[in-house]
Amino acid sequence: MTAGEIASVGTAGTAPEHLGGRGAWFRKLPVVRQVRQSVGLQRGMLVAGLVLTAVFVLVAVLAPLLAPYGWSQLADTDGPFGAQMPPSAEHWFGTTVGGYDVLSRVVWGARTALLVVLVAVLSSIVVGVLLGLVSGYFGGWLDRVLVVVADAIYAFPSLLLAILLAIVISGGRSSMWGGIFAAALSITVVFVPQYFRVTRAEVVRIKAEAFVDSARVLGTGHWRIMTRHVLRNSTRTLPLIVTLNASEAILTLAGLGFLGFGIEPTAAAEWGYDLQRAVADVTSGIWWTALFPGLAIVLAAMGMTLMGESLNDLADPRLRTRARAGQVSGAVAATSVEADPSDPETPASAELPDENPKGDDA
Amino acid sequence: MAARSTAGSALGRYILVRFLLIIPTVFILVTTVFVLMRATGDPITAALGGKLPAEQLQQLIHASGYDRPILVQYWDYLTSVFTGDFGTTISDNRPVTEVLTTYGAATLELATYAIVVALVLGVPFGMLAGYFRDRLPDAVLRILAILAYATPVFFAGLILKLVFSVWLGWFPVAGRVSTDGEIAMQLADADSGFMLIDAFKTGDPAVVLDVLSHAFLPALALGLLTAGVFLRLVRTNMIGTLGAGYVDAARSRGVKESRLVRKHAWRPALIPIITVAGMQVAMLLVGAVLTETTFEWRGLGFQLSEYLQARDFVAVQGIVVLMAVVVAVTNFLVDIIAALVDPRVRY
Repeated sequence: MTAGEIASVGTAGTAPEHLGGRGAWFRKLPVVRQVRQSVGLQRGMLVAGLVLTAVFVLVAVLAPLLAPYGWSQLADTDGPFGAQMPPSAEHWFGTTVGGYDVLSRVVWGARTALLVVLVAVLSSIVVGVLLGLVSGYFGGWLDRVLVVVADAIYAFPSLLLAILLAIVISGGRSSMWGGIFAAALSITVVFVPQYFRVTRAEVVRIKAEAFVDSARVLGTGHWRIMTRHVLRNSTRTLPLIVTLNASEAILTLAGLGFLGFGIEPTAAAEWGYDLQRAVADVTSGIWWTALFPGLAIVLAAMGMTLMGESLNDLADPRLRTRARAGQVSGAVAATSVEADPSDPETPASAELPDENPKGDDA
Repeated sequence: MAARSTAGSALGRYILVRFLLIIPTVFILVTTVFVLMRATGDPITAALGGKLPAEQLQQLIHASGYDRPILVQYWDYLTSVFTGDFGTTISDNRPVTEVLTTYGAATLELATYAIVVALVLGVPFGMLAGYFRDRLPDAVLRILAILAYATPVFFAGLILKLVFSVWLGWFPVAGRVSTDGEIAMQLADADSGFMLIDAFKTGDPAVVLDVLSHAFLPALALGLLTAGVFLRLVRTNMIGTLGAGYVDAARSRGVKESRLVRKHAWRPALIPIITVAGMQVAMLLVGAVLTETTFEWRGLGFQLSEYLQARDFVAVQGIVVLMAVVVAVTNFLVDIIAALVDPRVRY
């Protein structure tokens, strides 16, 4: 269960604490429960996703130990590295056109990517969930306005929006922390509508439940109803969106870097920027400057997509591969709250968040 | 008959409501772009600041009206955008509308090829994966679909270029057509902007082949991304329809498995593709920006990244607004088509 342990560190921000009762709390952690519930190919995909994500997080955290050189180091005691050197014993992945060590930049790039993902996902959860909660709970004109705005932003091509925001926040390119926050906030604005829609839809549904009415009749205040009764029951689908958004965040960051809106190469290592510099290399047959940063993006994004995909399948009773009867019967009931396979309306909406029919019930 | 007419008016109302929703959407998009682009200052300073002496800069700013009150500028911008005037680029002094019409066709052409690739790869393999659910073909195809999603389109493009253009030499490295082809097109007076159409106009099969070989790798790189999404969707819905009662009924009547898939299960499985196609347009446009940059495909995306490098925000603003509006309008059309195909959507 080491993979599960590590991954629960990686997704710590998503684990709702109230799920952990006394005793078998570990089994009830969001991802761990799904590993236990899954079988066959789905378990394989989930575990592979967890392992890839864990490796990504570990590389990011241990970058100072793993990277042979600094991300902007051009020379060591033996003299300069030289530009576009093929892979060798000193430089396993070769050197770039700017004379940096490719391996070091790949390793340090994991740290940049992780920081951007963490900041982007956490801030979009906070803003999106809060707005969704308030909007869905109180309704009225604020709700209508927010839904229309969220739909409009949602329809905006994500990378273009991120580019505009990157221009606003940092004027294009900037220092390490400035660049990381600029990139992360640009991505945040793209993600907020997703959390907003999902949370709002859940809140609207739960608001009509009898237990909320009972709380209101008992004289419970709005704030307490919103946080204790509604919010806690509305976070069911969040881990799924988080994993998918995390991979999208990595891809958007790389896209920004590729278009020249990333972080200065001397401020931090960023995979997308390195790929942009590698475009010219590829034409002259130099493969190592493009291959390794690109593979790093693919593996990091793939780990989180695998995780998200299998969580998605496990949440959808039509797609979940069932274990033999009796093995996991308790867990099945716990997750199939809404997606009733006999209901013709649910199939599309039980999918990814971006397949929700447009304009819910605006 | 009565029931039929109610259904018709419900559809009419749905189309009307959906159409009216475009107006605030486009308005919000246009406003967002304006606010964001002007939040950092005026575009003249952004493009030319530091390159020109301060007085000259001030003169230019005054001449373009960027020193007027922001609300006046906003109103000016709104009225000119809605009359189709996007201003003049700063770096090369061209009307933005001209840039949009010149390069829009190239992007549209690339996107069309990519959709063809995505459909050709995504739909049959999605059906296959759904049919062989949880068995080996499904496992392999799903991993490939996730790989297609997780690979940034520019990395896929670079690798394709490296292997097939640089190492194997099968395809040209970049561009849309070779010089010979371009000359042939000029001689034939073919300038629709769609290279393939122009190539057919020249009547020379060598030119057609040349255009196709230029388009192959960019279309594949961009198409793979969307193919993964299509595969996933078709698979999910295939599983849904294969488990449906009417398919069981057909099977119990002795309908052959292959016919079951071809005639009974696949059609309903395709409807969701139409519904998500709207979102795919946004993804395709973003992908096109990155693909065009990778392959020097001179379309809107390539132009956008050039203007971004030049800090020419008037041009950037025009291209981004156009793309956002294209996405909003396609979403509308897609919703209408979905409502026509699938009565359940017309609530």
